[in-house]
Amino acid sequence: MLKIENLHVRVAGKEILKGVSLDVKAGEMHAIMGPNGAGKSTLGNVLAGREGYEVTHGTVEYNGANLLELEPEERAAAGVFLAFQYPVEIPGVNNTYFLRAALNAQRKRRGETELDSMQFLKRVREKLAVLQLKDELLHRAVNEGFSGGEKKRNEIFQMALLEPKLAILDETDSGLDIDALKMVADGVNAMRDPARAFLVITHYQRLLDYIVPDFVHVLADGRIVESGDKNLALKLEEHGYAWIAERRVLGHSRAGAA
Amino acid sequence: MASALLESLIGEAATGVPAARRAAANALLRDGLPGARDEAWKYTSLRALEQRHYVDGDCGAAVRAIDFDALVMPGSAAARVVFVNGIYRADFSTVQALEGLEVGRLGERPADLAIALHARAPAADPDGFARLNSVLAQDGPLLRVAAGARIEAPAHLVFVGSAAADDVAWQLRALIELGAGASLRVIEHHVGASANAHMGNLVARYTLAAGARLDLLQVQDAADTLSLIRRSEFRLEHDALLSMHTIEVGAQLMRHDLVVDLAGNGARFTSRGVFALRGRQHADTHMVVTHNARDTACDIVWRGVADERARGVFHGAITVAEGADGADAQLSNKNLLLSPHAEIDTQPVLEIYADEVKAAHGATVGQLDERALFYLRSRGIPLDLARRILVGAFCGAVLADIAPAELRAHIDALLAARLPQAETLP
Repeated sequence: MLKIENLHVRVAGKEILKGVSLDVKAGEMHAIMGPNGAGKSTLGNVLAGREGYEVTHGTVEYNGANLLELEPEERAAAGVFLAFQYPVEIPGVNNTYFLRAALNAQRKRRGETELDSMQFLKRVREKLAVLQLKDELLHRAVNEGFSGGEKKRNEIFQMALLEPKLAILDETDSGLDIDALKMVADGVNAMRDPARAFLVITHYQRLLDYIVPDFVHVLADGRIVESGDKNLALKLEEHGYAWIAERRVLGHSRAGAA
Repeated sequence: MASALLESLIGEAATGVPAARRAAANALLRDGLPGARDEAWKYTSLRALEQRHYVDGDCGAAVRAIDFDALVMPGSAAARVVFVNGIYRADFSTVQALEGLEVGRLGERPADLAIALHARAPAADPDGFARLNSVLAQDGPLLRVAAGARIEAPAHLVFVGSAAADDVAWQLRALIELGAGASLRVIEHHVGASANAHMGNLVARYTLAAGARLDLLQVQDAADTLSLIRRSEFRLEHDALLSMHTIEVGAQLMRHDLVVDLAGNGARFTSRGVFALRGRQHADTHMVVTHNARDTACDIVWRGVADERARGVFHGAITVAEGADGADAQLSNKNLLLSPHAEIDTQPVLEIYADEVKAAHGATVGQLDERALFYLRSRGIPLDLARRILVGAFCGAVLADIAPAELRAHIDALLAARLPQAETLP
C-alpha cells in the first residue's frame, strides 16, 4: 500500500529525514517510535502533503501512484488521513459543516454520491458513540475551546467518519490521560481492517499496550535505525532511546571494521 | 481652480440658488474636493474622479423599468423609500403613515429639507462632498418616530443604481429622527447595476433623543461602476442606543464617513462591520466617534478582506472629551489580505482627555492561517473551498447577531458571492 524509499526531506533548509525506507501493507499496524527531534512528525506531515517540506531525494508510492505529486486534498480523497499532533482551532467554522464538507468533497472526487444531511447525521451519530464524544461538540467551531483530550478524540472521530485506507496518527497519545487513551485506542482498534493500514507515531510505548502493532520501527536522527515486532517497543521502554544510540555506534564501528 | 467634476455639476448654477446654498457653492469652488494633503483623505485619491464629467440628476430615472422585486431585501417592511439614480420612485415606495412613524421624502417637505440641509451652516460642512451635497441635494428619505413609539418591522431606505443615458451624479439627504424612548429598525440598502460610471453622494443625519434605540443595517452592494460617497452622522442623547451593522461589498470607489456624537450621558454605540473587496475596488471607511458625556460606551468590531488589486482603508478614531468620565471605548479591526497586490490600511486612533476611562483598541493585517488551510485540505476539502470557508468564517464573526435568519442568509450569500474564487489564487 505504502512504499517509502530512501526519503530525504528538508525543512527550512535543514535536512530532517535522511533516507527513510518503509514498506506498509494493507491490514498492517506499524508503530514509529523515536526520541524528540528524530523526524517522526516530519514523516507524518510529508505524507499528508504539508507545504514547507521539501523532498530532496527518494520516492513515496501509495497504491501504485506517486503520493508526492498529489495535493493534500487529493491524498485525503485517495484515503490518506493524518491525525494531527496539534489539531488546529478554526473559529467560526462549525464542526458539522466542516465534516460534511470534507466527507462530501472526498466522495465527489472519488465519483461517489454526496451524502444528504440525514444520511450524514446518521453516520456521525454512529461514530460519536464509539468515542464517547458528546453531540454538543458538533455544534461548536472546529476544535475551538476543546480540551486537549477532546481535540485528540475529535481527530480519531474524524478518522472514523472519513474511513481512510492509510491512517497516520501523529502522537495522538500525547497529553492524554489513561481513560482518554483507552477511548482513542478503542476507536483505532474498531477500525482495524484487512484493507486498512495504520502508521502510529509515538514517543512512548504506553499507547502500544492498547494498540498492538505488527511492526515497530525506531526513527533516530532522520533514519530508521531499528525495526522489529512489538517486543522492540518493550525493549525501548526498558532501556530507553540511549540504548538505540549505543547500538548505532556499535553498528558503525562494525561497519568500519569490515 | 475647480475640477472637471465640480464644473460639470455646479458651473453657473451656483448664482441662481438661495444664499445658504450659494455660500456652500462658493466655499466648494474655492476649496475644491479633498486632496492628498487632507489627512482624512490620504489613502483615497480622487484624481480619477475629479477628471470626470457628470450630469446632475438622471431625467430618465423616474420612469425606467426596473425589476425591483429582485433587489429587495427579504423580510417585512414598515415602510420603503426608494430612489433610482437619485430620483424618488413612488411606484416602488411604501410611505403610508403608521402609528408613531412618519415616512416621506424631503423633496415634498420644504421645512424638513431645510432642517436636513441647514442643521449645520454650509460653510461648516467638513469637506467638499458635504458641501456639494449642501448645494445640490433637493430630496431624500425622511423617517420620524414619535416619542415612545416602537416600530417593529424595519424601514427600508433603498438606493438603486441603473443604466442611464449619461454618466449621472446624484445628491441626496436623509433625515431620521427618533423621539425620546422611540425605537426603530432601518435598513439602508445600496444596490443595482449600471454600465455607466456614476456617482452618488448621500448625507444622512440621524438623531436619537433620550432613551431612543436605533438598529441600523447598512448593506452596500452597489454597481461596480459607482463612486459612492456617504456621510452618516449620528447624535445620541442620554441613554440612547445605536446598534449598527455595515456590509460593504459593492462600488468601485467607496468612501463612508461615519460620525457619531455620544452627546448624552449613558449613550451607547455598537458597530459591527465588514468589507470584502476584489478587482480594483477601493473602499475607505472613516469612523469618528466622540464621547462627549459621562458613562458613554462604544464597541466597534470591523473586519476587512481584500483580494486581487483591491484596496481597503479603515480609520477608526475615538475621542473621549474632557469631562466624559466613565467612558468605555473598544475598537478592534482585523484584516485579511488574499493577494500580494491587495492593500489594507488600518488606523485606530484613541484620544483621551477624561479621567477614569476604559479604552482598548487593536488592529491587524494578516493572511490566511496556513495551518488552518492545511488542516481543512488534509481532510479532503479543496483549496478554493478551504479558502472560502476560512474567509467566510473571518467575516462571519461580525454578522453573528443579524436577525432574522432569512436576512442573515441573504447577507451571507451576498458576501459569499464577493469572496475570492478559485481563479484568483496567487
